[in-house]
Amino acid sequence: MTYLFAAYVATWVIHIAYLGHLARGYARLNREIEELNRKR
Amino acid sequence: MKRAFPIFAILTAGLLSYGLYGALIQAPTEQTMGDVQRIFYYHVPSAWTAFCLFFVNLVASIVYLVRRSPKVDALALASAEVGVVFCTVVLVTGPIWARPVWGIWWTWDLRLTLTLVLWLIYVSYLMLRRFSSSGQTPVMAAVLAALGALDVPLVYFSIWFFRTQHPQPVIGGGGSIDPRMLHVLLMNWLAFMCFAALVCWSRYRLEILRRQVEETQALESLLAGGSSR
Repeated sequence: MTYLFAAYVATWVIHIAYLGHLARGYARLNREIEELNRKR
Repeated sequence: MKRAFPIFAILTAGLLSYGLYGALIQAPTEQTMGDVQRIFYYHVPSAWTAFCLFFVNLVASIVYLVRRSPKVDALALASAEVGVVFCTVVLVTGPIWARPVWGIWWTWDLRLTLTLVLWLIYVSYLMLRRFSSSGQTPVMAAVLAALGALDVPLVYFSIWFFRTQHPQPVIGGGGSIDPRMLHVLLMNWLAFMCFAALVCWSRYRLEILRRQVEETQALESLLAGGSSR
């Protein structure tokens, strides 16, 4: 059972880590858009 | 798509939950391996989803080479990146399953080695896109993707044509599978495909938005340079 749970947990850790990476990308881009708007 | 996104996300969450319930509770326990065999319901659908994403990447890369459309290029990048994530899941869950069943984490078996090579090809593709500053990067990446995709059928058919330690295919390989197991397997594949489509769409939107911001920034700096003269 340990191996089974390890595999399932590892799967979701990988997916959640990637979703976190995407969220950080969106946040960085939003900051850049706000900065561009401020400059105008 | 913006309006449909939350509905599709809720549907996908429902499918993933049902898939997890099916894998852990609904599916019968395999006689020889026991509960550890349930890794199969995440390992195999992840591999199939990765193959589908690499196929999307191949098609988008070929279309990009013909039409040079930036949107198609963004789709190629998004599908490759999400494909690498699913391929990573395959390469992580495989050894976790192999350890209790084969007694080893890894062996240089043909299927396993080709899958690792596939992962390395697409990681190289992403590295090329990330670190190359050449204007020809999308073209070079598209050519690499078209050649790299040749490894996908090699990975898939390696267990059909060669004697390997990896189990034979469960569908179309002459073996048989309990219908309840097949149902759970296909449900998880559907759930992972929906999840992959959602993530791929988000990555595609991010890439399009990033390019628009970069273009605006370049234009702003050009205008600033022009007005200071």
